[in-house]
Amino acid sequence: MSHPTASGHGDDALHVHQGSLRGYLTGFVLAAILTAIPFWLVMGHVFDNRWLTITLVLLLAVVQILVHIVYFLHLDTHSEGGWNMMAFIFTIVLVVIVLGASIWVMYNENSLMMPMSPQYQHSEG
Amino acid sequence: MNATVVDTAGVAPTAFLCHEEPPAHNGTLLGFWIYLMSDCFIFASLFACYAVLGTNDAGGPSAAQILDLPGLAVNTALLLLSSVTFGFAMLEMARQRKRAMLAWLAVAGLLAAGFVGLELHEFHHMIEAGAGPDRSAFLSSFFTLVGTHGLHVSVGILWLIVLMVQLGKFGLTEANIRRLRCLSMFWHFLDLVWVGVFSFVYLAGVLR
Repeated sequence: MSHPTASGHGDDALHVHQGSLRGYLTGFVLAAILTAIPFWLVMGHVFDNRWLTITLVLLLAVVQILVHIVYFLHLDTHSEGGWNMMAFIFTIVLVVIVLGASIWVMYNENSLMMPMSPQYQHSEG
Repeated sequence: MNATVVDTAGVAPTAFLCHEEPPAHNGTLLGFWIYLMSDCFIFASLFACYAVLGTNDAGGPSAAQILDLPGLAVNTALLLLSSVTFGFAMLEMARQRKRAMLAWLAVAGLLAAGFVGLELHEFHHMIEAGAGPDRSAFLSSFFTLVGTHGLHVSVGILWLIVLMVQLGKFGLTEANIRRLRCLSMFWHFLDLVWVGVFSFVYLAGVLR
């Protein structure tokens, strides 16, 4: 879209990121590697410590999500005059609060419920 | 920006238009991005549900017993390839090559259809084995989260088919390019959510 749009604004004001073949291929290779490693960690039983494996899998997922955002969704500080990035940061903050707080609260709730006396065990869950 | 206002309107720019104001362009892409962010909240709450309920199997099958990791690897590959081929279609769109663009879009759509097909097959297999969404809290949260994602992908495929008909009939008009950009964001966003699903629900799920 190199021609000016009907509203009279060119591409500079909009800053539509088209992406490039190089960008998509880089993103694809990175995503493929970041997918293969967690599968290998879990299916190959690489570590005996399962919490170490879970932590690594989740960390790699966060990295892969960032790769997808940069190379596939083309999010940068200029897209839509910076508003995309603002909305994204706002969402991340709220998602972290929702997810983190829910897991934290419910985990404590579960541990405070324990231990159960044997005659109530069958009703658990 | 003020200069373009003078060019198009032929009158002096209004005095209250200051530099800090956002550009007055069509805000569809920004609006669609904000929709995607709100979609993040839907998935975040479903992820939170699964995080809380994922181990409550009520004596039924646990994640490690019922989830099929080799099938998951195929599904993940299909969705990632679909995301990349959609990107290739966007590159062809930028070069105004309609036929090549439609071909890549068709490939992306078929890969996504394969993803949905495999997922339905897995769901069918689980329900047959007595591990339906009514079996335990773990399976309810599993089917809700993975099913919501699958529904999004299915709607995306429907959108893609309608848009391909439009593109075939009316060509690369400005409106169609805008729609295709929105669908492209939707498509990549669903692949991004799937990263969370396969990592958190499946890979971390079988270890908990």
